[in-house]
Amino acid sequence: MSELFHTPLHDLHLALDAKMVPFAGYAMPVQYPMGVLQEHLHTRNKAGLFDVSHMGQVVIKGDNYQTVATALEALIPVDILGLDQDRQRYGFFTGDAGGILDDLMLANRGDHIFMVVNAGRKADDIAHMKANLSGVTVTEITDRALLALQGPASEAVLSALDPKAASMRFMDVATLSLARAECWVSRSGYTGEDGFEISVPAAEADTLAKELLAHADVAPIGLGARDSLRLEGGLCLYGHDIDTETTPTQASLNWAIQKVRRIGGDRMGGFPGADVILTELIQGAASKRVGLLPEGRAPMREGVPLFAQADDATPIGKITSGGFGPTIGAPVAMGYLPTEQAIEGATVYGELRGKRLPMTITSLPFTPANFKR
Amino acid sequence: MKFTEEHEWLRPENDVVVVGITEHATTQLGDIVFVELPEVGTVVTKDEEVVVIESVKAASDITASIDGEIVEVNAALADNPGLANEDAIGAGWFFKIRPTDPSQMDSLMDEAAYNALIA
Repeated sequence: MSELFHTPLHDLHLALDAKMVPFAGYAMPVQYPMGVLQEHLHTRNKAGLFDVSHMGQVVIKGDNYQTVATALEALIPVDILGLDQDRQRYGFFTGDAGGILDDLMLANRGDHIFMVVNAGRKADDIAHMKANLSGVTVTEITDRALLALQGPASEAVLSALDPKAASMRFMDVATLSLARAECWVSRSGYTGEDGFEISVPAAEADTLAKELLAHADVAPIGLGARDSLRLEGGLCLYGHDIDTETTPTQASLNWAIQKVRRIGGDRMGGFPGADVILTELIQGAASKRVGLLPEGRAPMREGVPLFAQADDATPIGKITSGGFGPTIGAPVAMGYLPTEQAIEGATVYGELRGKRLPMTITSLPFTPANFKR
Repeated sequence: MKFTEEHEWLRPENDVVVVGITEHATTQLGDIVFVELPEVGTVVTKDEEVVVIESVKAASDITASIDGEIVEVNAALADNPGLANEDAIGAGWFFKIRPTDPSQMDSLMDEAAYNALIA
């Protein structure tokens, strides 16, 4: 794995006896000796520490926040101008056909925007911004690690290091002093649990991680549990549940596009694919992302074709993410179905090893979000 | 007890053979969340897929390492597939097979050979 990038916590992962795997060009911990199942449950019950340093951290600067927000609204169909200072919002870059180029988090940091994008897409995202934005500077932050502390004990753990953490609400951002370093912290994450994402200078990352892990409630958690946690949380994984072929409406992400950017809003449209996306926001799309609960215990994974009837010849959709949900104690999946057949409570059939197994269409998330609003 | 390169163990018990997978295998697979067992009465031939194991990571096949008839399966795995992780060579057994030709067992590895394989 010598050609893989190492995060600033690489040595710590090895010391913790992590199983390392290549992911988006990085050597990343997929699990620790606790194992995926227990890591998942530990995060839901106490707190888990994730290394997400492979993700892209980007600072976009201009004359002032308004300049930067206005520029970015030309690429991202969400209300960025109206985002209050020290608040964060979910969004995505869209393409000319209305598909999603990447999903992201962006924060109003007063005079600039701090953005976190997917590891596998960061080079494209940065090139996309540099090519299409004028009057702003786009800088990838490469001297910081990114940690996620997730789970109900997160607030108690982090506020012991800086009491300011306790006063943050879901999607607040703040600069905290952790491990004697200036950390950019958001109260967010991608597990469906309360928690924090912490951008820490690379030189202090190891120290901070060890301080957090020293707490009895905190365990290191790998990418395996991160995936099952976000799946139970109904959250999309880019490249699987969403990609350039899926529009926001197909992906059931209408909620991310505020009224001000929709038809009739003060700043309607003006982003790539707006004609498609704005129309679908009103009329719906041909297909839709739904939750799926397989009957029985066999996990139904990505790629499983979905059929309307057990003996139909032609599939109507497919699973885009699926596996075992440790908190649910049963298999869970997400996939796309024709909108007219995407009816909650209805049954579809997934084909697994030559058998058609029934699955119930369900709303998302599978586990209720546990945010501190 | 005999072992295979597919990390199965086979333990003769009277006129049948109890089959499961080794602790080395369950450790590699991670947490097992589902085991699809054959139906009792199924006649299998060597190298035929006989069990599917789903872990939190992926699905894996187990093939029959001898010819025979499935005479019993471990019903406890249906409700608690984690038994295979907790007690791989005991309570986590998969099925019992009545060998067509018991001499097929002779070509399988003994414990020392298996331990050398996974060392």
